[in-house]
Amino acid sequence: MRAPDHPVMTKGDVLLAVENVSLGFGGVKALTDVSFDIRKSEIRAIIGPNGAGKTSMLNCINGFYYPTDGRITFKGVRRPKMRPYEAARGGIARTFQNVALFKSMSTLDNIMAGRSIKMRSNFFWQLFRHGPAIKEEIEHRRFVEEIIDFLEIQHIRKTPVGRLPYGLQKRVELGRALAMEPELLLLDEPMAGMNLEEKEDMSRFIIEVNQQYGTTIALIEHDMGVVMDLSDRVVVLEYGRKIADGTPDEVKRDQRVIDAYLGVAH
Amino acid sequence: MLYREAGQFKTNYVADSAIFPLREDRIGIGLIILAAYALAFLGNSFLLQAVMIPFLVFSLASIGLNILTGYTGLLSLGTGAFMGVGAYACYKLMTAFPGVNVIVWIFVSGFFSAGIGALFGLPSLRIKGFYLAVATLAAQFFLQWCFIRIPWLVNYNVSGALDAPLRTLFGVPIMGPNATPQVRYLVVLTIVILLTWLASNLVHGRIGRMWIAIRDMDLAAELMGIRPLQTKLLAFAVSSYYCGVAGALLVFLWYGGAEYDVFNINQSFFILFMVIIGGLGSLIGSFFGAALIFILPIVLGIVLPAVMSPFGITVGSDVIEHLRFMIVGALIIFFLIVEPHGLARLWQIGKQKLLAWPFPY
Amino acid sequence: MDILYKVFIEPFVFMGEAPDLLIQTLWEGLVSGVLYALIALGFVLIFKASGVFNFAQGIMVVFSALTLVGLYEKGVPAFLALILAVLVMLVLAIVVERVVLRPLVNQPDIILFMATFGLTYFLIGFGELIFGGNPKEMITDALFLPQGTTELDMLGGMVRFQHLDIAAAVIASIMIALLAVFFSKTRVGRALRAVADSHKAALSVGISLNQIWVIVWFAAGIVALVAGIMWGARSGVSFSLQVIALKALPVLILGGFTSIPGAIIGGLIIGIGEKLGEFYWGPLVGGGVETWLAYVIALLFLLYRPQGLFGEKIIERI
Ligand SMILES: Nc1ncnc2c1ncn2[C@@H]1O[C@H](COP(=O)(O)OP(=O)(O)OP(=O)(O)O)[C@@H](O)[C@H]1O
Ligand SMILES: [Mg+2]
Repeated sequence: MRAPDHPVMTKGDVLLAVENVSLGFGGVKALTDVSFDIRKSEIRAIIGPNGAGKTSMLNCINGFYYPTDGRITFKGVRRPKMRPYEAARGGIARTFQNVALFKSMSTLDNIMAGRSIKMRSNFFWQLFRHGPAIKEEIEHRRFVEEIIDFLEIQHIRKTPVGRLPYGLQKRVELGRALAMEPELLLLDEPMAGMNLEEKEDMSRFIIEVNQQYGTTIALIEHDMGVVMDLSDRVVVLEYGRKIADGTPDEVKRDQRVIDAYLGVAH
Repeated sequence: MLYREAGQFKTNYVADSAIFPLREDRIGIGLIILAAYALAFLGNSFLLQAVMIPFLVFSLASIGLNILTGYTGLLSLGTGAFMGVGAYACYKLMTAFPGVNVIVWIFVSGFFSAGIGALFGLPSLRIKGFYLAVATLAAQFFLQWCFIRIPWLVNYNVSGALDAPLRTLFGVPIMGPNATPQVRYLVVLTIVILLTWLASNLVHGRIGRMWIAIRDMDLAAELMGIRPLQTKLLAFAVSSYYCGVAGALLVFLWYGGAEYDVFNINQSFFILFMVIIGGLGSLIGSFFGAALIFILPIVLGIVLPAVMSPFGITVGSDVIEHLRFMIVGALIIFFLIVEPHGLARLWQIGKQKLLAWPFPY
Repeated sequence: MDILYKVFIEPFVFMGEAPDLLIQTLWEGLVSGVLYALIALGFVLIFKASGVFNFAQGIMVVFSALTLVGLYEKGVPAFLALILAVLVMLVLAIVVERVVLRPLVNQPDIILFMATFGLTYFLIGFGELIFGGNPKEMITDALFLPQGTTELDMLGGMVRFQHLDIAAAVIASIMIALLAVFFSKTRVGRALRAVADSHKAALSVGISLNQIWVIVWFAAGIVALVAGIMWGARSGVSFSLQVIALKALPVLILGGFTSIPGAIIGGLIIGIGEKLGEFYWGPLVGGGVETWLAYVIALLFLLYRPQGLFGEKIIERI
């Protein structure tokens, strides 16, 4: 299946629009009437207290959940109800709040697995590991090694990721998402549980990805300092509703945001 | 000092992506294959017929199940039935088209079990874990019923059993009463080596990574663009292909004939046990597991009566069969507790120790 | 057209023409359904309290019955043999807890599931080693189980009720009712339900997790013994009974792993469904469909409703 042809997007165009999206699980309403957009090549932060519906929002964007109401437009095309793998093939990659790596595989294989959708050689060649299959394997290996160098994880290339410390696992997960060469990268709390140094590294990677490749990034993060530094625009959720939207400075001064975070040390 | 990683620098990704990057490993594999062929000329008929041929056949079936359960994480209790599909398909094909060489039909029969396997794999999109295991029981019991109730499958022969007709390769009988254990062993060995090589290529490439991704974290795999249904169905099909070929070999090159009952649920379980004990997700483990589970009763049958006879206790074959069940059952629990990665992991640890020898780490 | 007629019309015409046969078939389905439900309850018991899907439940049915009959054959009086069989199930529960469950705690479900395969094969080998592999008769007389049949004139024909079947249905129903009460009304029962939700809750009732495992496995053992006696009385005691006991698996799939009413209704659907299928549709394909019909029904049902009749829809999270 080929993705439909989209107009070429330039920086600043709306890449993804969320309009009046609501999502419910039985009785629980995780999202209520949320609207915002993500523009090409920006870093868009989604913040909010615990249980505000941030992860649910990402899940809607990449097709893991289908909104009960409202619509999502990606590259100017309204998203039909689709399976998550179709969203991935359409150019959306993500990392997860609780690391979801393939834990028995090595770092290298995890990131290689991220390139599965880019690999084309057929079953027959795979069977004999010859011709296009091995050529492709080497080509993609080269690409993956670039990611590994970029993320500075050469030394754990062959280590099964299950044995890595948490901070490195998060980094491998970012590598795996990057391997998909996504147009839109969704990061769910990429720095949770990290120490200051690790956070600085991760921030650097995020900025570099954004600047070097122009990848659009949607980022959930609790650390306000990080959010203010990294993001171009911020959307704030509380109890499943959007309470503010704007540049970091605007949001920081918004009374409802201050209330929502009152007493919470961030 | 013979087994060393040092000094073998991988200068390019081709070498580093090889399945056996170490020269010693490649030489080792070569030697084992050579020895296996030499055995055909050195071993006696008993060894070949009663030990080696079944060991290879079960190894092949274990590789099949390992692809599904070990690599893709889908538990199946229908292995016996999928083996049966291969055997019955092979029988129909070679009796309907006796002019075509039987080796061709052995390989083709696997496609029939692959198709049936994929069909019964369809529910795997919606159901997981033990629900899926129960669903595969449907395959086991339904297919076994077909083997009994459809006389067409055995060409309406009155005994209802499969028998191996005489078939030759280059004028030498390889199947049927006149085929010597030596020749049959060589045929089985060659087929198993070939199919093992292909399986190894698959699991080390893109497809293998997709299977393992589904096993380790299916939701994340899907969110990375891996199509769950296709990937799982492919695992079912490939796995059943291997089981099907193993089933055909079992009936026609080992037993020389068999009834539907060899494909019963116990067979399914014993193959599963081979996979668990050998190591889930390891091809070499499939051989270890098959060796342990299959050779165990043979060893028991020789050792136990010898040990007990001085005490005036005679050990019948039924006792040995019961002990086999007990020991296998206990081994399963033991391995799941102590080494869930099975004999293959022990093997790997041994090799790593050897690499580092004489230093402990 | 002919085949359509044979599949969709003729069986129902036949049912209407000979209602006595229909009643007979339904009755037999009902009896086996109740027994399936009983075996399935053993699974539910263990699953609810320890999250273990105990594949060995089927073999526990056979093993307990074999112990009872085997002891009797060795000269132990029936009543004593019954008590000893109960004790054996207690020892089994303790051993399983120490040797299998405790070391595997916190392992993925599927590992525990596979461990119960090991247990199954161990018990088969062990039972046959001690009591011999030949099929045995259940000691129906010595346990004062009724025999004989009652024939009732009904709907223009004769319907036969085996007294044993009536007893089986009654005893199994009582057993099921007792378990239901045990779960919902007693302190231990509530604690058992609590562990399914949270281990702390159980501790607060003053029972350790390990004790709870022993209790549920013992309870499941007794359920197995009762099922084994009843089923053994109907069709002899041998490990081929295992195949019948496995039918509890499709029952569970229909009913859901955690629901007692689910197990009962699932048991009845499977029991009656397969008897009707065998009697009215089986001849079309040469008979013997009983061996797989239950699984196929369960499979089709799974495709439609993966969470079972009473289970809640599972929404996956990531
Ligand atoms: N699969 C589900 N089934 C039922 N309720 C759910 C499900 N997923 C999320 N919820 C509920 O939806 C609400 C929003 O959850 P979500 O995980 O999106 O919050 P979040 O903003 O990511 O919080 P956190 O900062 O803790 O990660 C919560 O009340 C949660 O319990
Ligand atoms: Mg979240």
